Amino acid sequence: MSDPAFELIVGLEVHVQLQTQSKLFCGCSTKFGSEPNTQTCPLCTGMPGTLPVLNREALMLSIKTGIALNCEIARFSKWDRKNYFYPDLPKGYQISQFDLPICGPGYLEISDPKGEFKTKKIRLIRAHLEEDAGKSVHDEVSGSADTKIDLNRTGTPLLEIVSEPDIRSPQEAKAYLTELKLLLGYLNVSDCNMQEGSLRVDANVNLHIESNGEKIATPIVEVKNLNSFRAVERALQYESERQFSNWKSDGFTIDDRPKQTVGWNDSEQKTIPQREKEESADYRYFPDPDLVPVVIDGTTIDTIKDTMAELPSAIRNRLESEYQILPYDSDVMVNQGREFVEYFEAVAKESSEGKVASNWMQQNVLQIMKDREMGIEAFPIASHRLANLIKKLTAGELDNSRAKDVFQVLLEKDLDPAVVMKELGIEAVDDSALESICEELLAMNPQVVEDFQAGKKQAIGSLIGQAKKKNPNANPGKVRELLIAIIEKKL
Amino acid sequence: MDKKSIEHVAMLARLRLSDGEIESLESELNRILGYAEQLSELETDLVEPLAHPSDLTNALRDDLTRPSVPREEIQSNSPKSDGEFYLVPAVLGNANELKK
Amino acid sequence: MLNQLSAFELIEGIGDKKFSSVEVAEAFVEQVEKRDADVNAFLRFDPSYVLDQAKAFDQKHSSNTAFGSLSGIPVAVKDVICVKGQVTSCASKMLEHFVSPYDATLIEKIKRADGILLGTTNMDEFAMGSSNENSAFSRTKNPWDTDRVPGGSSGGAAACVAAGMAPLSLGSDTGGSVRQPAAFCGVTGLKPTYGRISRYGLVAFASSLDQIGILAGDARDVALLLNESTGHDPKDSTSSPTDPADYMATLHGDVSGLKIGIPKEYLGEGLDPEIAESVRQARQTLEEMGVEFTEISLPMTSYGVATYYLVASCEASGNLARYDGAHYGFRTEKNVDAAENRLLEMYRQTRSEGFGAEVKRRIMLGTYALSSGYYDAYYLKALKTRRLIQDELNAAFKQVDLILGPTTPTPAFKLGEKKKDPLSMYLGDIYTVVANLAGIPAISFPSGFTQSGLPIGLQLQGPSFSEELILRTTCSFQKNTDWHTKKPAMVTGAAK
Ligand SMILES: [Mg+2]
Ligand SMILES: [Zn+2]
Repeated sequence: MSDPAFELIVGLEVHVQLQTQSKLFCGCSTKFGSEPNTQTCPLCTGMPGTLPVLNREALMLSIKTGIALNCEIARFSKWDRKNYFYPDLPKGYQISQFDLPICGPGYLEISDPKGEFKTKKIRLIRAHLEEDAGKSVHDEVSGSADTKIDLNRTGTPLLEIVSEPDIRSPQEAKAYLTELKLLLGYLNVSDCNMQEGSLRVDANVNLHIESNGEKIATPIVEVKNLNSFRAVERALQYESERQFSNWKSDGFTIDDRPKQTVGWNDSEQKTIPQREKEESADYRYFPDPDLVPVVIDGTTIDTIKDTMAELPSAIRNRLESEYQILPYDSDVMVNQGREFVEYFEAVAKESSEGKVASNWMQQNVLQIMKDREMGIEAFPIASHRLANLIKKLTAGELDNSRAKDVFQVLLEKDLDPAVVMKELGIEAVDDSALESICEELLAMNPQVVEDFQAGKKQAIGSLIGQAKKKNPNANPGKVRELLIAIIEKKL
Repeated sequence: MDKKSIEHVAMLARLRLSDGEIESLESELNRILGYAEQLSELETDLVEPLAHPSDLTNALRDDLTRPSVPREEIQSNSPKSDGEFYLVPAVLGNANELKK
Repeated sequence: MLNQLSAFELIEGIGDKKFSSVEVAEAFVEQVEKRDADVNAFLRFDPSYVLDQAKAFDQKHSSNTAFGSLSGIPVAVKDVICVKGQVTSCASKMLEHFVSPYDATLIEKIKRADGILLGTTNMDEFAMGSSNENSAFSRTKNPWDTDRVPGGSSGGAAACVAAGMAPLSLGSDTGGSVRQPAAFCGVTGLKPTYGRISRYGLVAFASSLDQIGILAGDARDVALLLNESTGHDPKDSTSSPTDPADYMATLHGDVSGLKIGIPKEYLGEGLDPEIAESVRQARQTLEEMGVEFTEISLPMTSYGVATYYLVASCEASGNLARYDGAHYGFRTEKNVDAAENRLLEMYRQTRSEGFGAEVKRRIMLGTYALSSGYYDAYYLKALKTRRLIQDELNAAFKQVDLILGPTTPTPAFKLGEKKKDPLSMYLGDIYTVVANLAGIPAISFPSGFTQSGLPIGLQLQGPSFSEELILRTTCSFQKNTDWHTKKPAMVTGAAK
């Protein structure tokens, strides 16, 4: 009997650190990487008598993100305490949002330029603002020593973005996260640095199994500790297989078992059940009486909308229509971030050659960025110089390979392409000179002429190389054209 | 509230109660909760809860940093630290167990 | 005796250079040294700390430098308000050695106004209690009868004023903690409108109910300190942006034509007849001054105590979660290494050893009332009742300007009398808790004595931000009565 069909069901919770200067409720810096416990104050260490005051910028960034994620922005939002004891949470509760988050339902559209899945909307349940906890450093060696606590991160603003279980494959999950990360980068909301923990992902996973005409849901598992997009993909793949085989052996469904929390172990490439808590979580949420509600009016939302830069999906569409480039190309460039797109557009506009500019960006520019591990902002060639190079290329003043030579020089020297062309001795060869070279070559190589006439069109290739040797500025396309014309004229 | 729920709540509240404490709490809390039962006389289905006496909204501060408190000073009240970190007993029993 | 003068008179005298701040400080230091062994109003009192501040003020004064309006007179601080560099323990073992790294906003204001910090007064642990018997450190006695309690939780704050050990005193009032001890000790105590005085630096018990209050000998002294205490504080999100009044400027205004309501529920069952009689007498006094009285009805009064204890305990269970031995304060010395979960064991041991019985009781009650399955029946129900209570008071204030009634159902009770019965202790808060639930201002002022010589206090409640009217009315009453001028034998030196 063959295995029944099943579908992977995934909802993602993404915690994003917002790019503010100061913490959510106090004036301590949010800078990453400082000496432990040097960025704290009485408030973020939870000392008695201190009171939180909300950071306006964190609120604005949350609204901005909500708008970009097509969320309903709450007109009335409030703060709640989530009560639990943990030494990285000095107050014994986390200030979060329970029933009235800043951002209500929305969606994020994902697509796959490779066509592995159809463009779809991943619905979002909500996005709420909360404070981050600190860091615990566990003793890895003896296991019996004390745990070390660093409260520098405590109180950093976090936006928790919660999706509906609309994701159906590891690839979709990756596409969702990639698009979300890109969007947050375009919005300047977060640096999304996963190594530094500014973007953290938890996944809720189960399976829908088609069995005897019935749809069975397996118990939900929450996977934590997903430190990279790759880890997300692998963990989902792993869980999908594990849950299916578990179901085959024990038959447990969602009704039989409560949600279980597991951690992803990257070195062993598997999920590991987290030790059962002492009691089932009961966070006893209640409104935080130290804070007052937030009222967001239409004007605030409109003002934020007006100042919001163009978002990735809109830019993709615009690039395609404005520069006549393919969706694949616009996708590659937009995924490089706003600065990359801005650079491309400058080159495309100045050269009036969108398509060629797009190719150069994706082949030559990206290659250099990759080789040198640099961002576009550090790319050494100014956009107008690259535009000039492209103009020369399309005007036929240089061929592709000579253009690459010029490009290499431009990477090292801040010069105009015209100057570099001169330095390299590149100049236009006039048609009559080129014609005489071709005549000469054909005369010297009767075999080639014969082969060509016999239908072996590629025979001509060897002559193109010889022409370039005679004059390095000879344009191969042009040489080919001339050779063919001369042979055909002789017929 | 019976003994079992008192023990459960004591765990939620991170209290370790002696048998004597549990016993007296059982009678005291039940008396207090019994007294609070009188609230159920009130018809409140349509009443908006009041969590806070004032109706202030939008108390916001600008996103400005100010110097943090020096570590030595902030940790001077700490029951245990190593000059850098706060130290607490290992979070869950044997930390190595978690790594397996 | 300088310690028998009011704050107002002391400021005048210092201003006129009749005496110095040091002389004033010495008078209070002397009284504390003489009497506090019997009263135990102070948890921490350092004469040299007091005298040093007084000396510094006198220097400033003699060099004709501009100085603040508190003019070098002492203010006692309840052990729940943070003073930088000083222990702020909330009378709890949990914070016995906790040194505050910062000043409460109010302390900053008092320092700026050239007030002198006198010492730290005893209280019920974390402000939970009505008798001061819940202090982890000592029992404060009532200066009128040292077999009796001073009230609580600001028992030390009221007792030190009554015993002539401080002219001005800071308390905190979550459900009557300023007004009830003021009544028991025969002093004047104001709980301002929620948000009137910044809570920044006031260690939280129940954040939506807590308010710093002022205790003094009379309404004029309360107004004097209130003037220095108000104003919007950007560090407290719940601090009111409403401009404060000049309470001294309006203190002597007319009260004729004022409408005061007496709720019939306040005079019902359980009220000591001598206190009921005092309400009638006060009414007569005020009527003679042109005040009109109406009987009103506040049927929600009887739900106040239940609502209050649920809301306060729920908030407290959250506010006190931070005391877990991890980052500051007390940590158990018990070795937890043998425990299966050492962190959990450290938490539970620390909190069990660090908190007293009443605090644990309220944490238990609050945790239970918020826990899954009970939230709606207890916490949410209490919030809805709280709305009904506030609505009822708002409606009453459309009818009358102020509400008069007793502060407490009985005068000061004996030490130990109610210790075994928490509920009966809670029921004593029936008249005071509604002002906290509704966020309105209320004052307790002396209105007479029982036959056995115990002070009686009455309460005036007004709509939000009516402190000016409340103080004016109390001041008028005090101009026509002398109850507030009576002092216990330990102050006057008369034989008991
Ligand atoms: Mg969260
Ligand atoms: Zn801080």
